[in-house]
Amino acid sequence: MNTAVLQFPGSNCDEDAVKAITQTTGKPAELVWHTAEDLSAFDLIIVPGGFSYGDYLRSGAIARFSPAMSAVREAAERGAYVLGICNGFQILTEAGLLPGALRRNESLQYRCAIVPLTVVRADTPFTSGYTTGEEIYIPIAHGDGNYYVDDATLALMEQRGQILFRYAKEHNPNGSVDDIAGVMNERGNVLGMMPHPERAMHEWLGSADGARLFASILTTWRNAHEHANA
Amino acid sequence: MDAQYKAAIHVTLKASVLDPQGAAVTKALHALGYQDVQDVRVGKFIEVALAAADETSARDAVARMCEQLLTNPVIESYTYELTELTV
Amino acid sequence: MSTPTLEPTAEDVRERQIYRSFGLTDAEYEQIAKRLGRLPNYVETGIASVMWSEHCSYKSSRRILRRFPSAGSQVLQGPGENAGIVDIGDGQAAVFKIESHNHPTAIEPFQGAATGVGGIIRDVFTMGARPIALLNSLRFGPLDDAHNRYLFGHSVAGIGGYGNCIGIPTVGGEVVFDERYTQNPLVNAMCVGLISHAQIATGAASGVGNPVLVVGAKTGRDGIHGATFASTQDPHAKERSAVQVGDPFMEKLLMEACLELIATGKVVGIQDMGAAGMTSSSAEMASRAGSGIRLDMQKVPRRETGMTPYEIMLSESQERMLVVMQRGEEQVADAVFAKWGLDATVIGEVTDDGMLTITEGRQIAAQLPVALLVDEAPVLTRPSSRPAYLDALLPGADAVVQASAAGDFTDDLLALLAQPTIASKEWVYQQYDSMVRTETFVRPGSDAAVVGVPGTAKALAMTTDGNGRQVYLDPYAGGALAVAEAARNLVCSGATPLAVTDCLNYGNPEKPETYYLFERSVDGMSDACRAFGTPVISGNVSLYNETAGVDIYPTPVVGMVGVVADRSHITTSAFGTVGARVLLLGDCNTPLTDGLGGSEYLAMRAPEQKLAYALPAFDLTREQAVQATCLAVIQAGLVQGAHDVSDGGLMVALTESAIAGKCGLAIDFDEVLPRTDYSAAQQAALLFGESPSRIALCVLPSDIARVRDMAAAHECPLWDIGEVVASPAIHVRLGGEQVVALSVLQAETAWRGAIAQWMK
Repeated sequence: MNTAVLQFPGSNCDEDAVKAITQTTGKPAELVWHTAEDLSAFDLIIVPGGFSYGDYLRSGAIARFSPAMSAVREAAERGAYVLGICNGFQILTEAGLLPGALRRNESLQYRCAIVPLTVVRADTPFTSGYTTGEEIYIPIAHGDGNYYVDDATLALMEQRGQILFRYAKEHNPNGSVDDIAGVMNERGNVLGMMPHPERAMHEWLGSADGARLFASILTTWRNAHEHANA
Repeated sequence: MDAQYKAAIHVTLKASVLDPQGAAVTKALHALGYQDVQDVRVGKFIEVALAAADETSARDAVARMCEQLLTNPVIESYTYELTELTV
Repeated sequence: MSTPTLEPTAEDVRERQIYRSFGLTDAEYEQIAKRLGRLPNYVETGIASVMWSEHCSYKSSRRILRRFPSAGSQVLQGPGENAGIVDIGDGQAAVFKIESHNHPTAIEPFQGAATGVGGIIRDVFTMGARPIALLNSLRFGPLDDAHNRYLFGHSVAGIGGYGNCIGIPTVGGEVVFDERYTQNPLVNAMCVGLISHAQIATGAASGVGNPVLVVGAKTGRDGIHGATFASTQDPHAKERSAVQVGDPFMEKLLMEACLELIATGKVVGIQDMGAAGMTSSSAEMASRAGSGIRLDMQKVPRRETGMTPYEIMLSESQERMLVVMQRGEEQVADAVFAKWGLDATVIGEVTDDGMLTITEGRQIAAQLPVALLVDEAPVLTRPSSRPAYLDALLPGADAVVQASAAGDFTDDLLALLAQPTIASKEWVYQQYDSMVRTETFVRPGSDAAVVGVPGTAKALAMTTDGNGRQVYLDPYAGGALAVAEAARNLVCSGATPLAVTDCLNYGNPEKPETYYLFERSVDGMSDACRAFGTPVISGNVSLYNETAGVDIYPTPVVGMVGVVADRSHITTSAFGTVGARVLLLGDCNTPLTDGLGGSEYLAMRAPEQKLAYALPAFDLTREQAVQATCLAVIQAGLVQGAHDVSDGGLMVALTESAIAGKCGLAIDFDEVLPRTDYSAAQQAALLFGESPSRIALCVLPSDIARVRDMAAAHECPLWDIGEVVASPAIHVRLGGEQVVALSVLQAETAWRGAIAQWMK
């Protein structure tokens, strides 16, 4: 599996995503500068966390116009996996690749903590290593993580099974609608989430629950790949 | 010759979207004794200086900027005033 | 067309004594004129005055700072550079420094604290190091005051806003509340970086003809004379326009570009533009190399129009660096900076005339000898006199505190846990990204933070410590205690202490009593640094922290870094192993005679007496024995948890360990202290007194014999005082009766929620 980790001016979780992929696949992910126009060589593209363009104007608003984001759109259309984490999730919503938007946290404060999440669906490429309803612990670190979507879209997303992660009951850290922590596109190959799975790769980091997300993608890719080759 | 314009753009969260900053400011104003304050919306003010052939094309450009970059239509709405600058 | 305002002439500067408004005394002005053999013009007067300000010249403190030990086999770079460097083995080194931003924070807390963080990060990456961690040491007035809450809340947001954006984890620090800091909050920021020996860069402008570049942000009118205003008594009198605004996004780009540029090997010298901006950076770079520098102000990229050479030279616009490249390699800088969307502009060159020459095009705007600005700045011998109050302190054991109405100490413990100085700082550190870079082994809230060294089994432990009230009550011992506590925190985490960076925050040095406190506390710190083998490799002095004649407590803050040889040694303060014993390294019974002097408990129960009693005795030899034992038993793998006893005394330490370990504790002093006639004050002193040199350990019963042997070998007292239990409650027996009975949940609620309650 070939993985790209995008780098925008101001990205700062790019190296952490590379580490997580290296640990998962045994092969380092490639850091790709935001000016890249061709991502056709990649099976998985990670839009990492950080403060692209300083989060000025709105988180993710400027990054989404970069050439690499046009290439991400094309990659998503051909069926490659796209994972947006934190600022990456914000960029994907700004780009319209995922529904909704991320507002200031309800507390108006930045919040960094390891929080419990509920896995809503375990039958997706991103979550097959979990079980439905399982409680996992993944760190958050954001000031604009308050997910918003209007009621009609929310109902549609529910119906289509686009919600993959929710903050556990009583643990919503930011005021997100319906406790939503991570959502998928309709086709099922683009995931955006505020929590950082790449920060939960070892028990000594506080949790190893994030490792299974990357392992899920690899397993799904391998199955599809071997199937195609068979 | 293009004319010079200044667009004063106000961006706020849509009325249907909860504004946590506005809620906090409302509370703070109440605490300071401004009991008559009923609602506060906190937004952004953006000033854009631009050259355009005429007012219509200036308005058209400003509206496109707002929809493409300056606001996120999922949660924000905007208004603007356009002034022609006399040189 | 408006007529430009003309700058005063050299004669005007003298006749109208304009130099006084820049902070120069008549004598200093005359000294400069005499050295030049002519009257300095307006620009020259401005340059000389900032270079001779307390902030840049350390004129009041320089003589005293020489007392610090600064040498050691581990030291690769001592004081005098942008940051100090210590060897951590395998060709790698740790780079660190702490710096104050107290005065800017008092005026505009968000930007003041944020730019403090920005400045210290630049000091570290200027050396060529990758910053890997931030810490900060904060002091504010009590939270029952709305303005103090404003300063505290906005400072924390500013610190987070900067560090979070740039992607360096904020992993530790401390926050203390006391009315002595109400008008003068302290914000001391520390940054730690990693570097390989081969990559070390310095701030020397050598090589005649080498180009001098300004890189990063454009220059505006912000913060002009900020360095001067940092040294005046009333920062509030200065208008807010002098406050600089930070841009962490710009700094992130600048950091990546500078590290990339340094890695090319084409950089001769590089220096951050901090206080006094281009003036101090150019003068210091020339001074280090014994060279001169010529700069053309017309070439400096500016953000505002109509800026004069005076304004450009004194601007404190943030996120700028001065770089000297090898001649002919300018395009290397161009290419690297262009990738990051930044400017790198040649504005001058290195000369051999020993002069700082400022031109505007071809016209000379200012020309001053570098030596005059740097080496010849005044070094003052300030009068020093021992404050009378020090000789009027009562013995700590005389502090009488009545038992609470309930007859035991449960309520006292609960109340103490909710004191903002002692309470959990979760409200603070949850606003900081402590995990980015995914190397944070021990997150905020334990004794020291621990951050992994990528590619090795090693880790770095780091802490900041300082207790102003203790230094006030005994400057020598208080200074030594600050160092001892920092070392104790590192040792409790499994690290060997390596070196110190210090931030020395005091009041007005022109008061002989204040100067005495400064001098004596530096002596105490110096002796402790020698004892622990931790030289001072960098630091910063902040004086004039005074309002309306009242000084802050003398508050030296010690930042210390240690190395954990193997990650398996990493130990936290959590006691979470049911059935393990609770041991105390150090003396169990000295608190009975030491009493409550200087303690948080006394400050809480009898605020009017908190400065009336002497500190508990401090013995450096005992402290060394305790620390050596602790590190040895941790490295031998015999320890489940370790926590140093400090603010709030033994019971606060044990309760914090129980909360972190999600277990209960059954503490029983009846065996080790069998008497049954202790007074309430003695009991309180044992439970809450702040006698130094004590560490609580959590040890499996099967390991106790070996721990005992190792303690004996180090001549360190060891006491078995209790057990970790599954039932989530803390019970303490003392003097034949139960003196504390408290559920861990209740303790945790009081401790965790206290600051958030105030900040709602």
